[in-house]
Amino acid sequence: MKSKFHPDENGYFGQYGGAFIPELLYPNVKELADNYIQIIESDEFQKEYKSLLKDYVGRPTPLYLAKRLSEKYGATIYLKREDLNHTGAHKVNNTVGQILIAKKLGKTKIIAETGAGQHGVATATVCALMGLECTVFMGEKDIVRQSPNVARMKMLGAKVVPATSGSKTLKDATNEAIRYWIQNPETFYLIGSVVGPHPHPDMVARLQAIISEEMKWQLKEKTGKENPDTIIACVGGGSNAAGTFYHYLDDEDVELISVEAAGLGVNSGESAATSQLGEVGIIHGSKTILMQDEYGQISEPYSISAGLDYPGVGPLHAFLYETKRAKFMSATDKEALEAAFELTKIEGIIPALETAHALAVLPKIKFKKDQVVVVNLSGRGDKDLEIYIKHLEV
Amino acid sequence: MKTLESVFAKDKKLLSIYFTCGYPKLNDTSKVISALEKSGVDFIEVGLPYSDPLADGPTIQDSSQKALENGINLDVVFEQLLAIKDTNKTPLVIMGYLNQLLKYGEDKFCKKVIECGIDTVILPDLPMVEFENHYQELFETYGITNVFLITPHTSEERIKKIDAYTKAFIYVVASASITGAKGEISNNQVAYFERIKAMNLQSKLIVGFGISDKQTFTTACDYADGAIIGSAFIKSLGENGLAHIDHFIKPIIS
Repeated sequence: MKSKFHPDENGYFGQYGGAFIPELLYPNVKELADNYIQIIESDEFQKEYKSLLKDYVGRPTPLYLAKRLSEKYGATIYLKREDLNHTGAHKVNNTVGQILIAKKLGKTKIIAETGAGQHGVATATVCALMGLECTVFMGEKDIVRQSPNVARMKMLGAKVVPATSGSKTLKDATNEAIRYWIQNPETFYLIGSVVGPHPHPDMVARLQAIISEEMKWQLKEKTGKENPDTIIACVGGGSNAAGTFYHYLDDEDVELISVEAAGLGVNSGESAATSQLGEVGIIHGSKTILMQDEYGQISEPYSISAGLDYPGVGPLHAFLYETKRAKFMSATDKEALEAAFELTKIEGIIPALETAHALAVLPKIKFKKDQVVVVNLSGRGDKDLEIYIKHLEV
Repeated sequence: MKTLESVFAKDKKLLSIYFTCGYPKLNDTSKVISALEKSGVDFIEVGLPYSDPLADGPTIQDSSQKALENGINLDVVFEQLLAIKDTNKTPLVIMGYLNQLLKYGEDKFCKKVIECGIDTVILPDLPMVEFENHYQELFETYGITNVFLITPHTSEERIKKIDAYTKAFIYVVASASITGAKGEISNNQVAYFERIKAMNLQSKLIVGFGISDKQTFTTACDYADGAIIGSAFIKSLGENGLAHIDHFIKPIIS
């Protein structure tokens, strides 16, 4: 039976999704829409994808019982260690998959957008691996605040193009990538999140679904049951959350918690908590919930975390919000920083700032004893050291 | 205001100019339209400034940004257009992005457009399937015509479908580009124009994107019913001001 959380043939999750693209992109997007499922489900793709995930990325990633964190919050808390992937985050699951799709479609030039730089690095990495030309668009502001990742991309042979329009962050990097794509329709747009025109949101969700696929057997091994009580993940565009939720979407007894970045506070005017502040609109080719003014001008979001600094969410997440399948919470910059320092001190794991938002809701939830919780530890914090150092209490 | 139909009935190649509403100054809208009319422009595209214009190059992006900073919004745009409804004779076409219409309210948007004496819209991010599933009926209710874009990559089958839907004109995107592409018209583009011309479509064909001066305008007109100049005009407007509009237009149509 088809899940109600899978898109229809036009790419809609309920009222969200679709492909609102200029005519110039139509042939490209259609080519992908007509082929992606068949490619992903083919034995050839699965064999190559799974082999690269195992030997190159280092999967399966551990499901780690965080004992001290569990003690502190009175629950059984597992961390899904996506931070241990090659390149340091979940992003590579998607880029490994998409690069194989691009090759299958005969594409030789790859473009990508990046916020925190994790997707940019993961894209530059697979392009180096496959010998393909790589151009990454990154907001000028993000280039400054995530400079280690810029250096990585360059070392990997990618061209990093600064996006200088608008807020100079992820939204604008995505705009520039789409504009380049329009002018160079022979390129493959290797999108980094569950956003963009159909089929991109569904394709990326399917490629990130490996996270929850592993969780099912790992939990069974550790707890005797495939299903946890609660899953927590941070949401910018929403790719790590989509992958972590994917195989649990129809298991309605599993509580799904999406954590957005509240910046300086949801109502401070400096926030990226899209579900709280957004309304229905169109961004980057799909209908979703987005932050905008009364005339439909897209707002400039704010978060300390470049990966969550986005005024929209993927259409799947807008649907999960509307149907209340997922519970949306938020964490401020300050709460995220505290959570990052806490995890570092009691578990010896430095998380990415994005991931720290997911951890930051733990003190806000009243757990039942023995409640099994999985937090997706989407990425590691090396790239954020400069910001962490600034906030180190001396 | 004359109808677009009456302009298309003329036996001449048509020049259309795109300008960004509320640019360079908030209240320049009526002045720009009036100056374009005096210079002999056949119809005018009124650009609704948008924060994230995906199909536009840097020139139109910058003018949109400036106009938004000037305080333009859809209510002000419609006020400005309503005020000149009885004096302006040149047909106007609205060009904007779908999210503006969506957020403003689809019905309210359509009503306002008609109220201003306009019946044609160009929405570059409205794909055909969405038009068919939702907007065709809405627009018909209000008597609004949608202009479709075709590009060098649009299939013949799709062009025929677009031709059947078209009541005003088909917007022939000159190359694989966003607005503001520079340079001359290449042999590849000429081949593409010839291919479209040879299809003998029922619709009028207007070429846009990359048309900037007399030479590119004339070449485009060899294969189409007219052409649209956008970025080059905005650039001139930004550099030389409103007083220069006539100097910009006259050499193109002389």
